[in-house]
Amino acid sequence: MGPLVVNEIISENTNLLLAFFIGIGFGFVLEQAGFSSSRKLAGMFYGYDTVVLKVFFTGAITAMLGLLFFSLFGWVDLNLVYVNETYLTSAILGGVIMGVGFIAGGFCPGTSFCGAAIGKLDAWMFIGGLFIGVFIFAEGFPLWEDLYMANFMGYPRISEFFGLTEGITALFVILAAVAMFWVGEWAEKKFPREEY
Amino acid sequence: METMSKKTRYMNPYLAGVLLGLVVLASNVISGRGLGASGAVKSAIVAGVETIAPGHAESAPFYKKFGDSHKGNPLNNWLVYEMLGVIVGGFVSGAISRRLTWRVEHSPKITSKRRLAFALAGGILFGIGSQFGRGCTSGSALSGMAVLSLGGFISMAAIFGTAFAFAYFFRKNWI
Repeated sequence: MGPLVVNEIISENTNLLLAFFIGIGFGFVLEQAGFSSSRKLAGMFYGYDTVVLKVFFTGAITAMLGLLFFSLFGWVDLNLVYVNETYLTSAILGGVIMGVGFIAGGFCPGTSFCGAAIGKLDAWMFIGGLFIGVFIFAEGFPLWEDLYMANFMGYPRISEFFGLTEGITALFVILAAVAMFWVGEWAEKKFPREEY
Repeated sequence: METMSKKTRYMNPYLAGVLLGLVVLASNVISGRGLGASGAVKSAIVAGVETIAPGHAESAPFYKKFGDSHKGNPLNNWLVYEMLGVIVGGFVSGAISRRLTWRVEHSPKITSKRRLAFALAGGILFGIGSQFGRGCTSGSALSGMAVLSLGGFISMAAIFGTAFAFAYFFRKNWI
């Protein structure tokens, strides 16, 4: 039963090797979908390219359902799967800063590595910026440590937070995603742009 | 430097989404965690500082915190191996689809210098933001949503909501 490394079915070193292969899958799919292109990524916010919406939400739903079904079949113990911690203030602040970074830079970390891998120099610049940004945060840490640690909410899952079952929550997410896909398809017809 | 002048074919986004979801699923079943990216940059910075200024790394809170929770070499880390894989995977995909070429991708309405400046600025902001957010779109938002994490959805909403809100101010760079 998974997770394999947590249940000691595979060793930590095997886990790290598999991380490499998982990364290959990740990078391959991202690049195939066009996430190596900053203009495609930014297109999300101007309506001319909703690839981010479609790939992201289809991916999240697939993984979500996959985990729920695997759990049902006894193939993975969801209690041992990592759920991100929620520090409310920091999460929102970070998200806002990243949002500006996204629309300014046209990449996020994962996609920038993808873009860099195929020779996009703007992606290389973005990566350079990432290192600088992390370093700035690290050096200035004492200044914002309190903000960083404020409003710890534990590791809540949406289902627990709203008092719904995981299945119902997943259903709502799927419905929301499908609604967004329709809006996305409409937007692309309304704001067409030649391929780039 | 020129913009892309010939068409290129990308995979159907819904198909790509399913494949991406399967990668996230595999990651959770194998390693008990989802994908990530910004954490690898964090590891690299910590490793760099530990090498160049070990005294600082031992005393400054950020590095100390990292060192306390991670034994051994900071680069011997799930995310670092994963990102190496991302580079390889991205490269292979680019090679297969004939998209390998050195260039600055930018809207024909701006110069590549301007694009590079904004890319750098965006990267710096993302570097800072991803630390506050304890993850970026890959780790916090995508992987977080897959496990129904509240933090993941909040992150997702904050990032995309803000990008939409500020899109108007950056429109000259893209459209």
